[in-house]
Amino acid sequence: MATTSDKQLSVFKSIDWLTILLYIALLAFGWMSICGACYEYGQPRDLLSLADFSTRTGMQLVWIASSMVLATVIMFTDDRLFDSFAYIIYGLLMLLLLATPFLAHDIKGSMSWIKIGSFSLQPAEFAKFATALALAKFMGSYGFKLQGSWKNMAVSILLILTPMVLIIMQKETGSALVYTSLVLMLYREGLPGFVLFMGISAVAIVVVGLRFAEEPLVGEFLSLGDVLVGALILLFVLALLYAYCRPAAIRDALSADRGAGTYHSILSRRRFFIGLFAVGAIILHLSAGALVDHLAEHQRNRVQVLLGLRDDPNGVGYNVIQAKIAIGSGGLEGKGFLNGTQTKLKYVPEQETDFIFCTVGEEQGFIGSAAVLLLFLALLLRLLYVAERQPYAFGRVYGYCVFSVFFFHVLINVGMVLGLMPVIGIPLPFFSYGGSSLWGFTLLLFIFLRIDAGRSRLKR
Amino acid sequence: MSNDDYKLSKRKYVLGVAAVLVVVIYIVRLFVLQLTSDDYKLRADSNAFMRRIQFPARGAITDRHGKLLVYNQPAYDIMVIMQEQVGVDTLDLCESLGIDTAWYSRRMAEIKDHRRNPGYSRFTQQLFMSQLSAAEFSNFQEKIFRFPGFYIQKRSIRQYAYPYAAHILGDIGEVNPADIEADDYYRMGDYIGKQGVEASYEHQLRGIKGSEILLRDVHGRIKGRYQDGRFDEQPIPGKNITLSLDIDLQALGERLMRGKLGSIVAIEPSTGEILCMVTSPTYDPRTMVGRQRGKKHHELSLDPMKPLLNRAIMGTYPPGSTFKTSQALTFLEEGIITPQTRYPCSRGFHYGRLTVGCHPHGSPLDLIPAIATSCNGYFCWGLLNMFNNRGKYPTTQEAMTTWKNYMVSMGFGYALGVDLPGEKRGMIPNAQYYDKAYKESWNGLTVISISIGQGEVTLTPLQIANLGATIANRGWFITPHIVHEIQDEEIDTLYRTRRYTKVSAPHYETVVKGMEGAVRGGTCHAAFTTQYITCGKTGTAQNRGHDHSVFMGFAPRDNPQIAIAVYVENGGWGATFGVPIGALMMEQFINGHLSEASEAKAEGIANKTINYGDYVR
Repeated sequence: MATTSDKQLSVFKSIDWLTILLYIALLAFGWMSICGACYEYGQPRDLLSLADFSTRTGMQLVWIASSMVLATVIMFTDDRLFDSFAYIIYGLLMLLLLATPFLAHDIKGSMSWIKIGSFSLQPAEFAKFATALALAKFMGSYGFKLQGSWKNMAVSILLILTPMVLIIMQKETGSALVYTSLVLMLYREGLPGFVLFMGISAVAIVVVGLRFAEEPLVGEFLSLGDVLVGALILLFVLALLYAYCRPAAIRDALSADRGAGTYHSILSRRRFFIGLFAVGAIILHLSAGALVDHLAEHQRNRVQVLLGLRDDPNGVGYNVIQAKIAIGSGGLEGKGFLNGTQTKLKYVPEQETDFIFCTVGEEQGFIGSAAVLLLFLALLLRLLYVAERQPYAFGRVYGYCVFSVFFFHVLINVGMVLGLMPVIGIPLPFFSYGGSSLWGFTLLLFIFLRIDAGRSRLKR
Repeated sequence: MSNDDYKLSKRKYVLGVAAVLVVVIYIVRLFVLQLTSDDYKLRADSNAFMRRIQFPARGAITDRHGKLLVYNQPAYDIMVIMQEQVGVDTLDLCESLGIDTAWYSRRMAEIKDHRRNPGYSRFTQQLFMSQLSAAEFSNFQEKIFRFPGFYIQKRSIRQYAYPYAAHILGDIGEVNPADIEADDYYRMGDYIGKQGVEASYEHQLRGIKGSEILLRDVHGRIKGRYQDGRFDEQPIPGKNITLSLDIDLQALGERLMRGKLGSIVAIEPSTGEILCMVTSPTYDPRTMVGRQRGKKHHELSLDPMKPLLNRAIMGTYPPGSTFKTSQALTFLEEGIITPQTRYPCSRGFHYGRLTVGCHPHGSPLDLIPAIATSCNGYFCWGLLNMFNNRGKYPTTQEAMTTWKNYMVSMGFGYALGVDLPGEKRGMIPNAQYYDKAYKESWNGLTVISISIGQGEVTLTPLQIANLGATIANRGWFITPHIVHEIQDEEIDTLYRTRRYTKVSAPHYETVVKGMEGAVRGGTCHAAFTTQYITCGKTGTAQNRGHDHSVFMGFAPRDNPQIAIAVYVENGGWGATFGVPIGALMMEQFINGHLSEASEAKAEGIANKTINYGDYVR
């Protein structure tokens, strides 16, 4: 048994400093953006007044400092505790999520905030690491296989769906949708590729179909959307035929499972399923169009605005237009720290939370915002690398959960600000203002780094 | 590691590539948004920057002695911010502002109506009530603490020191769409000179607008000055203008014209400066400011006496006998007559069946007494001899053209070019005119009445006064103008250049003698004074109703200080109103005051009212 100091030494030796560096860089960039977004005209510009705790910039500094304390505490915790207590942590947080709507104050229709003294906490942000721990524990158990076990699959999905449902009950649809990203982790752990493929192609067919539904091509019967969806389905079918009906692919299947049938029975079964896929896709496309037609006026508007079908400068589309104006006006080098006009004069709504990337775009320009995206990319790739070097499934599953969550947040948040994704209100990690999300992301990341730091000892 | 595990671990590449792909797409998107077009930058600027115009102070207007006539006075607009005004005691507010609750509700509805008030925002100040006077304002200011959301905004309105000279000074009003179209200096709601000097010297008086670039937040609230005002421009105040007007003379003129229709114009002959320009009826310019302007203007426009008409330059009248001076000058210069030429007049001019009547006087007369007694016959003979002089003019038409050229050289028939808007040209007929009217069969007899300032001839009172100035100058005039001096700017060269008539100075001396005679012992005897030598000429212009009473004169005879025209519609004989009014005006200007006797006379004239019945002109 190593002494405490030995253990600390080994932690510091084996900790992934590159990730920590990226974390600190993103935090620094994030705080600058908060300064830009919260700065009021006429306020002094020196560091001292920016750090004034009565302002949001000052408060964000408190959150950053406390997150670092939290990170340090995690690094000094015995990593085996996470394994041991995974279910307990998960259970406690699910109970907390269940209780939240009853304890919460209504903030803009959301029932997800619990008030403790003068601070508000959002338990949903902490449910992510708990879910990741529980999934890691379950899927990391000895001999676990996702493929071919309906029970394992069902339990995994149940572990993911439980917090989703609880968070939807708090009317935080955006936060709940984050959990769908865990399908990426499931994919890595053996979820058949075609499930992921089906999911993505279903979203693509619905979005593309609705996006171009109102651009007529041939009379009233055929819209541009119909044609594009047709092309997409054809493309998907060809891809599936290539992936599953090549002689080599079928021979692979034969060699993997002798009892699967003859070459021809496999081929015809696969062709049948691909045909089914095509029919299903067409039905999906038609029913999505019909469904939107039958939606109430305001709901249809919202869907159309989300898809960029309708200009709505005063309603939902307002956010997106103003976000684009703010970013677009940044140019190559941006307007400089604290010099953005659109964000400062509050043209962009929710600019210090969900639309924080606008401030980066306006004040730091193309160079700054591309740099931020590249930092996130570096973090994501590093997470993949670190997850893959885990000796046990527990660490790897947890690592992929972290990757999936960060990937989804960046994909949706930045895409929304750039007008490429629907407006789904979720924070940009390390940038958006708020203690809960910053603590949540810190916990999520540093537990993984702690698990990773212990990998060499576990290997021994 | 099993085969399965190995195959699954390859999936990390799928996920890695997906992450790279997303970031690449987003960076391309950033590139498109930020680097390929200026559109977003422009939209950001129009979001955030607001140019607030800073209005310059309008130039002040003073009279020739430096007395302030028109200046700026603060007025107060009541502004409201809808967002903040909830819970205000409406009844109390209405009482404090002297409005009723119906007006209040209507106004509030108007403010909120986006169609009528396109710039409406709940968060910014909206105009609730405009141009409160200082008294109304101070009353409201004491109570304003009770009305959160209501604010006072200071602006300036024109104020007039005297109740006189409304038509000369003019006024300002909000620009109309045509003004905005014509000059991009103006924006909706700006003020522009509408009449008088305010209109004709608009460019000098208005100054140059300044601007502040302000930062405006999403609710329209002003958050500060862009770069601490580095790009702001200070407004440049309008130039002050000194008029040639003598406000005391103007005041006397308006007093004398009370109850009468007509005009008095006085000119300083040596400079062409207008000393007074009275038109009657007139109105008090002080009623044409602030909130009442529109209503007052409308009232005046409906008045059958046409108080808005500046008769001095817009009224065209038969000049009557005052015109004979111009005829004498023409005949002398053309050699039709000499000062010694005598014409008979037995109670008028008789030629065939044509008779132009005259009052009884000695006959025959030579020129100087003919002017002094205003003999009609003399000038009819003169014109007839001119038009029938086939040795000099091959046709009547050519004689007519020659005559017309003389008239035009004296400033008749065309607008003189005074620096006030709306000047009329009057009427000097030419040969083509009569060719058309009489199908080319006409001669000197046909048009004989033009020689005594009747018939087709009409002049404005300004042109008659200018005739006086030309005679006073013995043959030249400077275009009459009302502006004496513009701050830091020279006045138009037109108003500094002598215009000579076609008649030489010695002939003018002859006419001057005639006019002196008229005052010493002729028609203008009432204008006689021992203090200085006055020259004058009456006119009794025939008219469908009562004759118009006209006087034209100047004084002193040598080195004249003032030339004057008085025109009293339906005033009867020239001697009835024209002469005494002209004499009092000259006395006032030359002496700076009226003697006691004159003052009594003035009061008498001021109290005389002419009954116009149903006036139609």
